[in-house]
Amino acid sequence: MTGNSIEVRDLTRVFGKFTAVDHVTFDVRRGEIFGFLGANGAGKSTTIRMLCGLLGPTSGTATVGGFDIGREPDRVKERIGYMSQKFSLYEDLTVDENISFFGGVYGLSRDRVREKMPWVLEMAGLWGRERSLTRELSVGWKQRLALGCAILHEPEIVFLDEPTGGVDPVSRRNFWELINRLSGGGVTVFVTTHYLDEAEYCNDIRLIYAGRLVAGGSPREMKRTYIRNPILEVECDRVVDAMEMLQKEDWVLETSIFGAYLHVSVGDEAEGKAKVRRLLEANGIAVRRMDRIVPSLEDVFIQRIEQESGDGDSRGTK
Amino acid sequence: MNSVRVPHRLCCLRAVVKKEFRQIGRDARTLIFLVVMPGFLLLMFGFALNFDVKHVPLAVCDEDGSAAAREFIGNFTHTEYFDLKYELSDPREVDRLLGEEKVRVALVVPLGFATDLAAGRDPAVQVLVDGANASSASTAVGYISAIVQNDAVRMTTRLLHDRGLKGFVLPLASDVRVWYNPELRSAIFLVPGLMAFILMVILVVSTAFSVVREKERGTMEQIMVSPLKPGELIVGKTVPYIFISLVSSHLVLLLGRVLFGVAIKGNYLLLLLTMTLFLIGGLGQGLLISTVTRTQQVAFQLAILSTFLPTFILSGFVFPVRNMPPVVQALTYLVPAKYFLVALRSIIIKGAGLRAFWDQVLCLAAFAAIMLGISTLRMKRGKR
Repeated sequence: MTGNSIEVRDLTRVFGKFTAVDHVTFDVRRGEIFGFLGANGAGKSTTIRMLCGLLGPTSGTATVGGFDIGREPDRVKERIGYMSQKFSLYEDLTVDENISFFGGVYGLSRDRVREKMPWVLEMAGLWGRERSLTRELSVGWKQRLALGCAILHEPEIVFLDEPTGGVDPVSRRNFWELINRLSGGGVTVFVTTHYLDEAEYCNDIRLIYAGRLVAGGSPREMKRTYIRNPILEVECDRVVDAMEMLQKEDWVLETSIFGAYLHVSVGDEAEGKAKVRRLLEANGIAVRRMDRIVPSLEDVFIQRIEQESGDGDSRGTK
Repeated sequence: MNSVRVPHRLCCLRAVVKKEFRQIGRDARTLIFLVVMPGFLLLMFGFALNFDVKHVPLAVCDEDGSAAAREFIGNFTHTEYFDLKYELSDPREVDRLLGEEKVRVALVVPLGFATDLAAGRDPAVQVLVDGANASSASTAVGYISAIVQNDAVRMTTRLLHDRGLKGFVLPLASDVRVWYNPELRSAIFLVPGLMAFILMVILVVSTAFSVVREKERGTMEQIMVSPLKPGELIVGKTVPYIFISLVSSHLVLLLGRVLFGVAIKGNYLLLLLTMTLFLIGGLGQGLLISTVTRTQQVAFQLAILSTFLPTFILSGFVFPVRNMPPVVQALTYLVPAKYFLVALRSIIIKGAGLRAFWDQVLCLAAFAAIMLGISTLRMKRGKR
């Protein structure tokens, strides 16, 4: 057995004339947290749905848990847990009824379900609420219950499709603790998200843009590989004007607004700092602070996506 | 490392059945719809759909006033078919009463009825019938002719007798006996049809929602990634509805018995077998609709469209299939209620054995198998 839980080769899915996933290739190592990142409509869900057997690929292959998704979908299904952005629980059933239904559907005996029940309740923090109807639970609780139901049968691999969508920061934090615990127990976690702060928790990341993978690696590798030039964080007045001015200069590689600050990518730190200050102050914009920062994943992604869409445009004009 | 457990197929099926029971049990509207609605519809339709013509309002204008005239009129008023509403002195009033629909039949016995009769002349009696409703009018005309015929025969024999022709009998007399439904009550014929009609609509509508609702709510996706097989899902969804619809079928049978006096002459177990096959077929049709549609609204429309009119018109419920043009007759083979109706009438009214309708039972079984089979295939295809 290899150390890979999931192996994807040239996986492609076409809907009519639209290529949702375009020759995607990657591996997921056993027991790691694998983050699949991208904007809405970039192809995240389509990929996860193919890997779970909900959707057939147009071309390419993939194995999940060592089994081919096209040839042995039933073997795959026994080994995976799946939780999607929509809470796929029965709102008109109680907490324990949902647990026993999903346990049953995965072929767990009644005794086995009874054994696992306390574990799920504990994990979801739903002790004493077994008899509540699911629709009465808050979103954060529903999510934890949905995760509990998805891993009742102790799958090797768990697919989480935007599991933290629409949840408050505390619940998100709690949810990621659960994901860490799963991974610590040897379960491979494949998670899609568009929250870039969440990507920092992942061991390995792929960025998908318009159906194609545009970046990959661990968060640290990504920052090293894709951002070679120093990034300056500038605190100044009239941020938008400042950005427009800087964008006209050929020595400025990238600019973007991060909240109230400006991120400016330059070739050399000392020279860059001096040039930025001179330009802005010459135009009457006071610079209050300017530091070189450790790039965030957001910097990486913005840079990668800008490059990609730039390439796309130039290709389009040819 | 986690060990992979091979799922127990029975656990999967049981989980689905249990879940469906719980959901139905928690959904009072569905439960009422399934259990109470059939009985309620039987009540409504049973009394409204009555082809018996009884208690027809009658006006009488007796210009003669003789004992013979009274005797003749008595033949009408002493039956349950006519209710004497008006006794008129002026025959011109008849016009008004018929026009205002106060009465549907008017009888005018002219002056000289008794004397003409005694003299052996042919007294003319005028009968006016409101023909606006052709069907009930023709039934009323039938009653009237029968009563007049009867009386004419009675009077003729008495006349001949009085004139010394003792021992005269009519040369030809028919002795008609009606089997199975001796009183020719339309209820006996209609109630089984109503049962088939009502159950069909209810069955298909109730399951038409079951799959499409899960699609809308997103729970179907969760089921699709599990090792549950499409066939298990379809069977698991059918089983609870079979039990519930069996209960409502019995309620309908009971109401038919209590309200309309329709008793089951034949074998109950045969009835149960036929009924169960019919129920499975209907539920299967609903499930099929549910697997091909995307929204509950469309599913509901399809369910009503595919049951209401076809069952009403093409099952032989009201209109006999053998009177239909061949093309329409061919269409009736697609309506499962038709097979059920033939079998149901055989069992309930005639008390017939399986030999009389085994082909119908076979067709019902085939229909059920086809519906569930296609639903299962659709579920499999739905993944792609």
